[in-house]
Amino acid sequence: MARIDELLKGDIITAKIPEGPLAEKWTNYKAHQKLVNPANKRRLDIIVVGTGLAGASAAASLGELGFHVLNFCIQDSPRRAHSIAAQGGINAAKNYQNDGDSVYRLFYDTIKGGDYRAREANVYRLAEVSNSIIDQCVAQGVPFAREYGGLLDNRSFGGAQVSRTFYAKGQTGQQLLLGAYSALSRQIHKGTVKMYTRYEMVDLVIIEGRARGIIARNLITGELERFAAHAVVIGTGGYGNTFFLSTNAMASNGSAALQAYRKGAWFANPCFAQIHPTCIPVHGTFQSKLTLMSESLRNDGRIWVPKKKEDAEAIRAGKKKPTDIPDEDRDFYLERRYPAFGNLVPRDVASRAAKERCDAGFGVNATGLAVYLDFKYAIERLGRDVVEARYGNLFQMYEKIVDENPYETPMMIFPAIHYTMGGIWVDYELQTSIQGLFCIGEANFSDHGANRLGASALMQGLADGYFVLPYTIQNYLADQIQVPRFSTDRPEFAEAEKAVNDKIDRLMKIQGSRSVDSIHRELGLVMWEFVGMGRTAEGLKTALEKIKEIRKTFWSEVYIPGRRNDLNVELEKALRLADFIEIGELMARDALLREESCGGHFREEYQTPEGEALRQDDKFSYVSCWQYEGEGKEPKLLKEPLDYEFVVRQTRNYKA
Amino acid sequence: MDKTINIKLKVWRQAGPKAKGAFETYELNNISTDSSFLEMLDVLNEKLISEHKEPVAFDHDCREGICGMCSLYINGHPHGPDSGVTTCQLHMRKFHDGETITIEPWRSHAFPVIKDLMVDRRAYDKIMQAGGYISVNTGGMPDANAIPIAKKAADEAMDAASCIGCGACAAACKNGSAMLFVAAKVSQFALLPQGKVEAARRVKAMLGKMDELGFGNCTNTGACAAECPKNVSLSNIARLNREFICAKLKD
Amino acid sequence: MTWLSNSSVGRKVVMGVTGAALVLFLLFHATMNVVVIFSPEAYNAICEFLGANWYALVGTLGLAFLVVVHIVYAFILSVQNYRARGKERYAVTERQKDVEWASKNMLVLGIIIVCFIFLHLYNFWFKMQFVELQHMAGADVDLSRVTDGAGYVRELFACPVYAVLYLVWLAALWFHLTHGVWSAMHTLGWNNSIWMPRWKCISKIVATIIVLMFAAVVVYYLFAGLCGGAACAA
Repeated sequence: MARIDELLKGDIITAKIPEGPLAEKWTNYKAHQKLVNPANKRRLDIIVVGTGLAGASAAASLGELGFHVLNFCIQDSPRRAHSIAAQGGINAAKNYQNDGDSVYRLFYDTIKGGDYRAREANVYRLAEVSNSIIDQCVAQGVPFAREYGGLLDNRSFGGAQVSRTFYAKGQTGQQLLLGAYSALSRQIHKGTVKMYTRYEMVDLVIIEGRARGIIARNLITGELERFAAHAVVIGTGGYGNTFFLSTNAMASNGSAALQAYRKGAWFANPCFAQIHPTCIPVHGTFQSKLTLMSESLRNDGRIWVPKKKEDAEAIRAGKKKPTDIPDEDRDFYLERRYPAFGNLVPRDVASRAAKERCDAGFGVNATGLAVYLDFKYAIERLGRDVVEARYGNLFQMYEKIVDENPYETPMMIFPAIHYTMGGIWVDYELQTSIQGLFCIGEANFSDHGANRLGASALMQGLADGYFVLPYTIQNYLADQIQVPRFSTDRPEFAEAEKAVNDKIDRLMKIQGSRSVDSIHRELGLVMWEFVGMGRTAEGLKTALEKIKEIRKTFWSEVYIPGRRNDLNVELEKALRLADFIEIGELMARDALLREESCGGHFREEYQTPEGEALRQDDKFSYVSCWQYEGEGKEPKLLKEPLDYEFVVRQTRNYKA
Repeated sequence: MDKTINIKLKVWRQAGPKAKGAFETYELNNISTDSSFLEMLDVLNEKLISEHKEPVAFDHDCREGICGMCSLYINGHPHGPDSGVTTCQLHMRKFHDGETITIEPWRSHAFPVIKDLMVDRRAYDKIMQAGGYISVNTGGMPDANAIPIAKKAADEAMDAASCIGCGACAAACKNGSAMLFVAAKVSQFALLPQGKVEAARRVKAMLGKMDELGFGNCTNTGACAAECPKNVSLSNIARLNREFICAKLKD
Repeated sequence: MTWLSNSSVGRKVVMGVTGAALVLFLLFHATMNVVVIFSPEAYNAICEFLGANWYALVGTLGLAFLVVVHIVYAFILSVQNYRARGKERYAVTERQKDVEWASKNMLVLGIIIVCFIFLHLYNFWFKMQFVELQHMAGADVDLSRVTDGAGYVRELFACPVYAVLYLVWLAALWFHLTHGVWSAMHTLGWNNSIWMPRWKCISKIVATIIVLMFAAVVVYYLFAGLCGGAACAA
């Protein structure tokens, strides 16, 4: 285990951060790293799992460099990855608006927004390459919004006092992904990337301590297939669907990450999950997913609940309409509590404030679990045309779902699980604790600490894929040029395939009485109640108990119809749910351990008298990394200390 | 407040690409009008699973109308009778109590059925691979503001780029033509200075691939644009024709 | 120029260009016809001018070529398009509200038009230009219809059966043209969001003018015939 020895000193992890001042680390790294010459690149195979912003941009860039890339996705096309659903925008430190932005400020805002639980060097690198991302995307033909003068337009986003967000209507993620997808398509055409659609990674293959391949299930035929490579890259996104109801796509899952974890990759900060404040509230028990309304709406919308409880009650009972409440009886609680940032406080702060009002009995909607996001004031100030130009497509989406016209009556919103900051631990090079296994995008834990700022996920995914991994992976592969291609007949492949086969057989044989979704829904309810927005030691212990029961229920009562060697959606879902149960447990375990409140992790025991998050920097200024110790055994906790060399830690203050 | 309806579903069932398919009829009661069409199908599948029958296979993913994964030809319309939405955004309030709803897969020579309502749309990827890009490698780009682009052109490019590649255009077209899909991509790049450089090569390659894959010839009925969930305009097809004819005349 | 046959847009260009040329011919033909109402003498002069002269014959051959190409391509495209739709057909289809009925039925309308073209050629071309050609070849034929075209027109449309058949034909032609004209422009790339409604409007105007001019002659002689008590002789 040379890799572990390299990273671990006792229980303390080092992340291989280059020496030197913050602003020079990445430059120094690039100047001294090892590279692979063009003739050798052709002989090296890289597996990239996932085709979202991170996966597609990485596969395309690696293909352009001349590596032989095998790219996998579970959908029918790489263009469908869930990055496509990101609405609001992408941050970059261009300072086109001359409002005082800089690489340092973007770095600082991201560190602060993440509540000082992110790694300085990584975040600085992210801010540094952010500008190249915008240049790259424009060159690819991404139709960003522009001013009449022909130059790029910016909007502001939560957690920042500058306008640094580039956007393409309310479909920025779509346009950026299509940019990466087009670059990927070009490489597929050239033959440097071989694309496998409707394939799901079901296990990682390790040979002599290094990641050397994957087992993937062909989702159309149900057959297991083996793929070998010199390095494996995981870019499969987050595990938000552990909560069943989330803004993630239906098939988004954490299985690839969990397979890596089981083979020795550390799982970092699993409890850091982001709850997005502006989602359409839950409307029924048949609901399958939650829909996000872009954070950009908070630029012009004002969030409020009734000041008087009797008004809130009347609204819930359907006796009053929001438009009946006069301005003086409306509580614009974000503007009241956070005068400096107002409606543009970071997501975790906005979410908790909404929960606080609803818990106090001021919530609206029939369920009492919603607050208003009102555009009346924006329409008065800017006119309906301007509001329509900025948010028209979002309003239309809202109206289609809720059947109410947001131009006339305020939108109803409520927080929902949206993004997971936690994920597979990676070092500065984005390499996991398994040699040759890299992890990029939302799937890794990296850059967002305990809370991600809006418009930063797109930035991170593309930074990893276009501008970081293509460099750092070469530092690893430079030593691998003598290694011949592996045969998939090796015993390691056979063993991994057999393990998956056995697992599938076991699932198919249960033939119980519960559908996969019904058990997943149950897990989701437990997660939302005990591992959601407000967590307590007692609640988390209850969650751990309940998750154990759910695991038992799943492995004894699930019913999977159909055959295993066929297109079988229920089997796909069952395999993913088996992993969500493990992730849920890991989240609860991690949340229980972290006796502090920071970012998206809010332990009710640790709050200021005003209800703000209270960090315990002396005790918890580290990344908690979980090492798998075998089935049924408690995982081992390892720590990567977060020493802030360049930033002074402060209590986050969005009031003044 | 919560209104419910009873409906009858006529669903195309087909075990595999080569198998013979047929309609099966199912009855569903107490479907909330606030639920989405796919949530209604989830309810159907839960019911089938509880009866130990195989659930209906259909494509879906983001369920917010942007990934382009969902399909379904509902009562004679791709993505159902509502306009400007995908199937996942279609809600049951658009149907009435007692209605029979016929659900079919996309039918087109280039979109073979995989199972039940799932079809293979990789043909669209192949068209994209033939030329749906600007040939630039990662890195070394000029500053993003180096080339000003008129707002009107940028907005028009954005409207064309909003295509989600769902295949509704080819499914709606009586000729099984993918012209609107190809036109949207060709237009997006033809409108931007970055894309103009290789516009001629692109349009020939993409259109050539479309023809090769067995899509039909456009006869300008406009059904594609009328059914497009993203309202991609028919005028893009005129631009595609223009680009193609000019490219060929220059050869 | 192989792209005119082996690419979908090329094939459509052929349809568009031949179609547009035929529209121009129809405009000319209709204008010529209307003259008969105002001055049968002038009409006969035109007929003589367009008799069996070399330029009229070249024009006729050119016209025949356009029609044949238009029809052959229409069938090729229809067969290809039918195949592209796949083996299994939709059980339920519904026309979208923005889609013209004509646009989805161009082939049917085209076939109706072609059938009537045969009738028309038999009625007029066969009895006028063809007869003249026979005459030139030395055959003994009746030249009364060649020299008095106006009289022949009057005689033919006085018969209600022919008049009604021609009106049905003109109705099909109208539908075919309302889609055909703007569609040709669209195919040739001369269209955008602003011009789309304009071209559609122009299509309707052109179709209406052509059809009204043709129909005017038919209706005029039908009523003239009804008043004069003529019978079907042609």
